[in-house]
Amino acid sequence: MAAYDIVDHAYDVVVVGAGGAGLRATLGLAEAGLKTASISKVFPTRSHTVAAQGGISAALGNIQPEDNWRYHMYDTVKGSDWLGDQDAIQYMTREAIPAIIELEHYGMPFSRTPDGKIYQRPFGGMSLNYGEKQAHRTCAAADRTGHAMLHTLYQQALKAKAEFYIEYFAIDLLMAEDGSCHGVLAWDLNDGKLHRFRAQRTILATGGYGRAFFSCTSAHTCTGDGGGMAARAGIALQDMEFVQFHPTGIYGAGCLITEGSRGEGGYLTNAKNERFMERYAPHDKDLACRDVVARAMTVEINEGRGVGGEHDHIFLNLQHLGPQVLHERLPGITETARIFAGVDATKEPIPVLPTVHYNMGGIPTNMHGEVVTLKDGNPDAVVPGLMAVGEAACVSVHGANRLGSNSLLDLVVFGRAAALECAAKLKIGAPLKAIAKDSEDRALARFDRLRYAQKGTLGTAQIRVKMQKTMQAHAAVFRTQESMDKGRALLNDIIKSYDDVQVSDTSLVWNSDLAETMELENLLTNALFTLACAQNRTESRGAHARDDCPDRDDVHWMKHTLAWRDGETSVKIDYRPVHTYTLDEEAKYIEPQVREY
Amino acid sequence: MAQLTLPRNSRIDKAAGKVHKAEAGAKNIRKFKIYRYDPDAGANPHVDTFEVDLDKCGPMVLDALIKIKSETDATVTFRRSCREGICGSCAMNIDGGNHLACLTHIKDIKGDVNIYPLPHMPVVKDLVPDLTHFYAQYASIEPWLKTTTPAPTRERLQTPEDRAKLDGLYECILCACCSTACPSYWWNGDRYLGPAILMAAYRWLVDSRDEATGERLDMLEDPFKLYRCHTILNCSRTCPKGLNPARAIAETKKMLVERRN
Repeated sequence: MAAYDIVDHAYDVVVVGAGGAGLRATLGLAEAGLKTASISKVFPTRSHTVAAQGGISAALGNIQPEDNWRYHMYDTVKGSDWLGDQDAIQYMTREAIPAIIELEHYGMPFSRTPDGKIYQRPFGGMSLNYGEKQAHRTCAAADRTGHAMLHTLYQQALKAKAEFYIEYFAIDLLMAEDGSCHGVLAWDLNDGKLHRFRAQRTILATGGYGRAFFSCTSAHTCTGDGGGMAARAGIALQDMEFVQFHPTGIYGAGCLITEGSRGEGGYLTNAKNERFMERYAPHDKDLACRDVVARAMTVEINEGRGVGGEHDHIFLNLQHLGPQVLHERLPGITETARIFAGVDATKEPIPVLPTVHYNMGGIPTNMHGEVVTLKDGNPDAVVPGLMAVGEAACVSVHGANRLGSNSLLDLVVFGRAAALECAAKLKIGAPLKAIAKDSEDRALARFDRLRYAQKGTLGTAQIRVKMQKTMQAHAAVFRTQESMDKGRALLNDIIKSYDDVQVSDTSLVWNSDLAETMELENLLTNALFTLACAQNRTESRGAHARDDCPDRDDVHWMKHTLAWRDGETSVKIDYRPVHTYTLDEEAKYIEPQVREY
Repeated sequence: MAQLTLPRNSRIDKAAGKVHKAEAGAKNIRKFKIYRYDPDAGANPHVDTFEVDLDKCGPMVLDALIKIKSETDATVTFRRSCREGICGSCAMNIDGGNHLACLTHIKDIKGDVNIYPLPHMPVVKDLVPDLTHFYAQYASIEPWLKTTTPAPTRERLQTPEDRAKLDGLYECILCACCSTACPSYWWNGDRYLGPAILMAAYRWLVDSRDEATGERLDMLEDPFKLYRCHTILNCSRTCPKGLNPARAIAETKKMLVERRN
């Protein structure tokens, strides 16, 4: 193995990832006086939070004064198909209100109501009075809310003088003998040096793994690096079978068209020009939850009522809204439709298709952001030193299906919670423990092997596209045992083929070939967990819809899947109970009901 | 005419470029000529030519770059992330102008597609420029809300009309297309803030919630930071988001004049 000089850093906390959750955590940590390093493989404002469009939910009551965070809590529990932990959901929906006010005080450029308050739009699955009527709860900055929020958080992090390590690629977690985490090994793309970040706490805020699929709204950089690193360190991942398909990705390109477009009055039609959602969700229609709409669209296409020459997609109609509304409320997607679909949305419908969008599963945490696992019968055993926030984590507030505009909320609420947890528990400048040598050696050996993998015969992109097509076909909107088993066999072969991966670029400075190869390994891990957990869950719940087990089975399956890597292509599965209790007496436990919209 | 001396190792070595032919049978071939610079090689940059079969390629320049990296030469290096024009990663010089590769249709380019890094920035590798100084300039304008009055319990109110003043400004994605298209920034980029950063500064000058207008104008009133703008307007012409940094700069200059009266 080549010799590597490693640059040493000692911090109180190291945050991996600088999207919404990572930046909110970093900002809170810096303000608390903790010595904090924020490391990110992209410049912070290039993180995928920037692409969020429709908004961020909170029961501010700016449009409807009767709104209440308890309604928001109910909607989130129902949206999660009762797989979400109700204590965490109570925390998130209650804290939503101060969290949004805080963002506004930070200078975030929200759109406004005529009386100058934050503008709120309708979104899927958001209701008043426990399902009675549509809520206007989603706070928006036109259709660029993620961009407005991410830039605002970066600005605040600059103000707080946070320390950034930009374009540093995290290779692996550094663990001690007892399974606790003590930092991360990272690679500086700009000068090629390796860096050892030691810290009392390591927070993974690395986002989702949409790129495990062929067609996704996710950025190229959404490669599940946190999940990959955690799994390699022997840490379990939770609820990985739940993958959200957004109803309206642009047909072909996959670019997102916000649910806010239906919130503002848009609707879907099939080849018969029928507003088919009225049949599937008579009450909520086009604003039913994403899993419901994505399934309805897929059924329409499968039954031959898709639009276009191949009858393989659906139309999203916005033309009736008029240029004024599109210009004011939906300027970004109007532009996106023009560029990527060649469509003038003021005049013609946009061709759309359910597209992979969000991972409900991830690294299991409690609502303080501490990573938890099942250990000696305790389902809430904390993994010392390791935390996770945002899409990389599974708190679980989204359960089996996330509501639109609850993800930006998740980022700021739990990013902040993680910072508060560190501020409460850590002593500034406390001495750091030693890292187990074999943990670092393994990380270095892996890096070195891939760097010198010139003799392989399969290019990174070749393996990647096989994985993506396999996941697209076999972990789709509708699943069956037969299809998933077939997909798993294919995926196992693809994972084995990674031993023969070829890296052409041997340099250390901005070697994006090597970075993509390491990202591919993380994607393969996430893909394996997704299929293995999906094969295992013999019911339909939220985004996991099985033709061969069409019903939800609360008796056997109201529990979180917990999965560990157990060999190259095998995964060991166990369970954690769903928290069937609330945080305090401010909210009552919501009993499972049939989920109808 | 001012003379600009380029670093010796920045001159393109015309003899060193390789040509990668398209697969046999390809009917719709387009040549992509890509600037290559390997910091480890100790050699000057060169331009490689890649023939791409457009029948088997997505519509955007970024699609072609990814196809080249995936199928022909994995060492071709460029930044990319969102592929939908919101993250600002894939800013580069395409066909002589600064654009986002993900939003640039190949069909809109006539003839060979020439791709270079953003102009006049230090090059780290191939199409990856070093933007450290650009980001430091962004931080230097203190781009965050400044207030002295205590924050209310709820949101600060802002009328839709006041909020509309931020439209066309807050959408900036910090891609640096505009600044690196500005001859004044090429000459004086060490001290001139450039269009992107000046527009970011103006975004706070016109935010009705911000209470540090005077302080912000004091910071900008400088022969270099602001007044190196000579209204060349390359910035507004090149912005991939259709924003108008030149207007923001002109408005800033106007605010400075007005406060003297």
